[in-house]
Amino acid sequence: MTVEGKNNMALALCTGCGIGKSIDAEQLTGTVRESYEGIPCLHHKALCSEAGLQELHSFAQTREVNRLAVAACSPRVKEAEFSMEGIYVDRVNLREQVAWVMEPGEEDTQMCAEDQCLMVLAKLDSIKDNTAYVPEELFSDVLVVGGGIAGISAALEGAAAGYRIHLVEKSSQLGGYAGRIHRTPYNKIDLSARIQEVMEHPRVEVYLETIIESISGEPGSFSVAVRNSATPALQVGSVVSTTGWSPYDPGKLSSLAYGSSRVKTLEEFEKSVQIETPPNRVLFVLCAGSRDADHLSYCSSYCCGAALKQALYIRELNPAAEVYIVYRDIRTPGFQEEFYKEVQADEAVFMTKGVIGSVSDKGHEVEVVVAESLLDEQQITLTADLVVLATGMVPNSTADLKLQYRLGEGLPEIEYDFSDSHFICFPYETRRTGIYAAGTQRAPMDMEMSQEDGAGAMMKAIQCIESVSRGEAVHPRAGDMTYPELYMERCTDCKRCTEECPFGSYDETEKGTPLPNPSRCRRCGICVGSCPERVIGFSDYSINSVSAMIKAAHVPDEFEEKPRVLVFVCENDAYPALDAAGIHKLKFSPYVRIIPVRCLGSVNKVWISDALSHGYDGILQIGCKPGDDYQCHFIHGSELTEQRGENLQETLETMMLEPERIQTRFVEITEHHEIQEIINDYVEELELIGPNPFKDM
Amino acid sequence: MGNDQTGSALNNRLLALQTLVIGGGIAGITTAVELAEAGKQVVLIEKEKYLGGNVSSFNNYFPKLCPPACGLEINYSRIRSNSRITYYTGASVLSICGSDGDFRVNIAVEPRLINNNCTSCGLCAEVCPEVRPLKLGRKVGEKAAYIPHGLAFPMKYSIDPLVCKGEACGKCLEVCEYDAIQLNAAAAEVEIQVGKIVVAAGWTLYDAARLENYSYQEEADVVTNLEFEQMLAACTRDKTKLTRPSDGMTPRRIAFVQCAGSRDVNHLSYCSSVCCSASLKHALTLESNYPEIRSEIFYIDMRLSGRNEKLLKEVEGKERITLSKGKVGRIIRGEGKDVLVLEVEDILQGVRREDDFDLVVLAMGLTPNHIKAELKVNEYGFYLPEQVAGIVPAATSKGPMDVSSAVKDATASALKSMHR
Repeated sequence: MTVEGKNNMALALCTGCGIGKSIDAEQLTGTVRESYEGIPCLHHKALCSEAGLQELHSFAQTREVNRLAVAACSPRVKEAEFSMEGIYVDRVNLREQVAWVMEPGEEDTQMCAEDQCLMVLAKLDSIKDNTAYVPEELFSDVLVVGGGIAGISAALEGAAAGYRIHLVEKSSQLGGYAGRIHRTPYNKIDLSARIQEVMEHPRVEVYLETIIESISGEPGSFSVAVRNSATPALQVGSVVSTTGWSPYDPGKLSSLAYGSSRVKTLEEFEKSVQIETPPNRVLFVLCAGSRDADHLSYCSSYCCGAALKQALYIRELNPAAEVYIVYRDIRTPGFQEEFYKEVQADEAVFMTKGVIGSVSDKGHEVEVVVAESLLDEQQITLTADLVVLATGMVPNSTADLKLQYRLGEGLPEIEYDFSDSHFICFPYETRRTGIYAAGTQRAPMDMEMSQEDGAGAMMKAIQCIESVSRGEAVHPRAGDMTYPELYMERCTDCKRCTEECPFGSYDETEKGTPLPNPSRCRRCGICVGSCPERVIGFSDYSINSVSAMIKAAHVPDEFEEKPRVLVFVCENDAYPALDAAGIHKLKFSPYVRIIPVRCLGSVNKVWISDALSHGYDGILQIGCKPGDDYQCHFIHGSELTEQRGENLQETLETMMLEPERIQTRFVEITEHHEIQEIINDYVEELELIGPNPFKDM
Repeated sequence: MGNDQTGSALNNRLLALQTLVIGGGIAGITTAVELAEAGKQVVLIEKEKYLGGNVSSFNNYFPKLCPPACGLEINYSRIRSNSRITYYTGASVLSICGSDGDFRVNIAVEPRLINNNCTSCGLCAEVCPEVRPLKLGRKVGEKAAYIPHGLAFPMKYSIDPLVCKGEACGKCLEVCEYDAIQLNAAAAEVEIQVGKIVVAAGWTLYDAARLENYSYQEEADVVTNLEFEQMLAACTRDKTKLTRPSDGMTPRRIAFVQCAGSRDVNHLSYCSSVCCSASLKHALTLESNYPEIRSEIFYIDMRLSGRNEKLLKEVEGKERITLSKGKVGRIIRGEGKDVLVLEVEDILQGVRREDDFDLVVLAMGLTPNHIKAELKVNEYGFYLPEQVAGIVPAATSKGPMDVSSAVKDATASALKSMHR
C-alpha cells in the first residue's frame, strides 16, 4: 500500500460484539489522546455495519486520515470492509484477543485494550511509505529444464496459455526415460505425438544437447546461459525444473545376483524386449531396493505397474513363456486396478506375495528362494531363465540448474533427496522462488502423474511472472507489496542474512556484502531477525516499528503487582489459534501484550532487550512446529528461533536476569486449548520469578 | 479483497471474462487462488455453507500427521486478500449452456438465513434452542445457528433450515444487534457469464449400508473412516477422549477393515487409493494419543505410494498396532456381549478366525460427486479428463486420489483452464 506525504493517524473504535461491555471506550480514547494529542478518534457501536462504515469513511475523509487503526475484531475477519483506498489500515484485535478472553470491566482488561491500541498507533507512526518493487527488466518467457514427459507437458501447457517457452534438454532427443521404453503402460500417452507437437509449436523453442551453464537473477528477470554457441543468453521470468530420475544403482543389489547375465533391471529388460524374444521363464522381483531401509525407504510407485506391463509384453512376444511375480504388496491405485486384474487373468502369470530369501545363478537357470510366501509351504524355491529386478526411482541432482546463488547451485532437498517443500498443501514450491519442481525430481511418480505435474508447475511459474510484474510477493504471503530494504552504511558483512534466508534471496560480493534480490524474497522477515546490526527492514515491519510497539505499552511499576508479558505470535498458525481461543471464549491473562510477527524467525534480539529494558517481566514467543515434519511456512523460522535462543540466554546472563524470562513454544493451528494454557502457565511461572529488576530504571 | 457473496442480496449479474470454479473443497480453493494470483477473475461456488469441503472436517493429513487447517488458513487468507476472487456458499449449478469462452451458468444459491451484516459475535448461537443432529464424536451438538468450528471460513454464522423453527421461535432475532438474521430469506438464482469452467465437485464416501455383511446400519459401533476421522477431529478440537458411539466407553480394541467396497466387483471395482494411508494414519494417531487402545488393520495389499510408505515403517515398530493380511467376511454382534465379532479369512496364517473388537472402522472408498450438467464420465462415473472445450474437471472429479495429489491436479487444472 502506498502512503504519501504527511502522516495523519486516527483511531476508529468499535464497541460492538461485547467490546463496549468489556472496556470503557471514553476512557480508552482519553488514554490514547494523552499519547497522541488531538488524534481523531471515532467510536461506533457497529463499525462494520453500513452506517458504521459510512461514518468511518466520512470521518477518514474529513480528517484526511492516511493511517488508520481500527480497534475492533480480528484482522482475519471483515478485511474487505475495513480496507480503504489510499489509507494504510491496521487492526487492533480487541474482540478475539481482549474482550472475549479477559474479564469484562476489569482495570487490567482496560489497560490491555489501551496498550494494544497504543501499540498499533506506535507502529502506524513509525512505518514508512512503500513503493512496490518490480525488477527493472521484466521477462515473461518460461524456461523448462528437462525434456522428459513432465518437461514436454509443462512446455505445451504453458504455450497453450500464451506464454513463450524455452525447453532445454541435455540429450539429443526429447522424451526422457519415457522416450526409451518399448510401450507406455495402462495410460495412453502418445509420446511421439507430444514430442512432435512440442517441436512444432510456434511458442516453444526446443534446445537439444544443451547444458545450462548458469542461471542468475531473480523471478521476473532471470538470465540463463547455455552451452550451445548458437544461443545467446535466455531471458526468462521463471523456471520449471524437471530434471527427472535414474534407476537405483543395481550394483548395490549384489545380494539379488545382479551382475549375472540372467539378472536384469526393469530398464535393461525394457531395452532388451525391443531387440530379442524373452525366454520361457521370467521372474520379477518387485521392490528391488525400494521400501528397504538399506536402500530406498520409500515406495518408488511406478515399478508395480511397469512390471505388470512387462509381464504382458513377455506373453505377447513369447506366448509359451511363463511369468512369476514376487511382490510384497501389489500397488495399483485408482483405475490401475483394472490393469492389475487384466494381468491376473492371464493363466501363465503367477503372482505370489513373499520376501526374497536369495537369488542365485545356477549356470543354466536362476534359483530364487521365496520366504514368507502365502502358499502352503512357507518357503518355496522358484527357477527361471531370467530374473528382472524392479529397481526403484532415484531423483536426479538439480545441481545441473547451475544457480548462481550464494546458497548453492541446486534446489534444496528434503528427505530422500527429493527437491520439495510443502508437498501436501503446496506442491511444486521449492525453496528457490520462481523455480518450480515437477515430476520425478520432487516425488516418485508414474508417467501420467508426471504429465499432470508438468502442467501444475508451469501454472506456478506463470503465476510467479504475473505476481512479480504487479510488484507482489508469491506464496505464502501472496500479494504482499513490501520487501526488505537494507541500510548498507551500517552493514558489517557478517553474512547472517545471506546464510539464514531460507529462500536464497541474498547473493554476496566477494567481501561478503549482501546483494538483495527482492523478487526472490517471500517476505518472511527472517533476515530482519538475523541482522545483528539491525539494518534490514520492511516499510511496515522493521526494527523501529516493532520496537515502537514494544515501548508504546505502559509498564506499571513493581509495586502495582501487574506483571507484563510480551508475546510474539507467529501470524501463520499461532495467531489463528489465539483467535480460535477467543471464539471459544477461553480466558487468558490480561497481563499479556501481543505483537503478531511474520515468522518467529523474524524476531530480532534487540526487540527482546528493548522489552526487558522497558520493564516487561517476560517474553513468550509462540510459533509453528519445527523439525522434519515442520509446519513453519518459512521452512526454518522456528528452528532458527531455537538456535538463537542460546544466544539470548547469554544476553540474559549479562543482564543478570533469569533465563526463564524468555520462553519459546510451538503450537499447531488447531491447538487453541494449548495456546491458552501456554500463556496462563507462563504468566503464573513469571509471577513466581518476580518482577523484572529493570522496571523503573 | 475477496468478494464475499455468501450472505448478500443477490441480483442476476453478468460477469464476463472470468473462470468459474465449481466446488470449494481443497481442490477448488487451490484452483481458484492459483488462477486469481495469475491475474484471472474467478468465481468460486461451494454447495455447503463453508469452504474447505471434506478436508476441513479432518483431524490430520498423512503422511505428516499435520492439521489441514494450517494449509487451509493460508489459502483462506489468499482469498481474503485477493479482489479477483468472488465466492458463493450454498451455491450449486442449475444449468450450463454456451461454449468455450462464453458459458452461461445458472446457479441456485440457498440462503444462509444470516446475511453479511453478521459479525460472528455468536449471540444467535447462544440463545438458539435447537440443536443440529449430534455428529459422531461430538459431546455437544451445534445449534441451528452455527459455525462449524473456530477456524471456519467464512467466519460468519449460518442457520440450518432443517432444524430452525423459524419466526415461531425468533430468539436469535431478538438478540442480534446487527440486523443480520433473515429467517425468511428465499433461495436466489444467479446467472453468471464465464469463459471457462473448472469442475472440482469432490467426492462422497461409498454408502456403507450397501455392505450388508458389515452391519453398518444395525451397529452404532461400526463407523466409516470419514466418521472416525471426524470423531478424532472432535477430540482434538474439544480436548476430549475418544469414545464409542453406542455407550460412550473408551474402546480398547479397534479394527480397521480395508477395501470396504473398493476392489470389489459388486461395489467399486477400482482401488480408492487413500484408504490404506488413512487407516495407518488413524492407527498411528491412536498409538500416540491412547496408550490403552490396540488397533488391528485387515488388508489385502498395503498400498502406500511414494513417501506414504513411511507410515508403514512407523507402524511396523509399534506393539499396539497389528497388520493382518486378510479379508473381513462378516461383522456381527457377539452374543450377549458388548463387542463386535469379525469373521476374518487370515491369508498369512491360512485360517479363518473370529475376533472381538469394541469399535470397527470401515475403510470406505471414494465415489465422485456430480453436478447438474451433461459431462462425459468413465465406466465408474468419474468425469473424463477430456470434456468439451472450456470445461476442465479437476482432482477427485476425475478419479480417487489423496489430498496431495488433488492439490497438484487442481493446480494443473487451473492452467488447463487458461488455454487460449
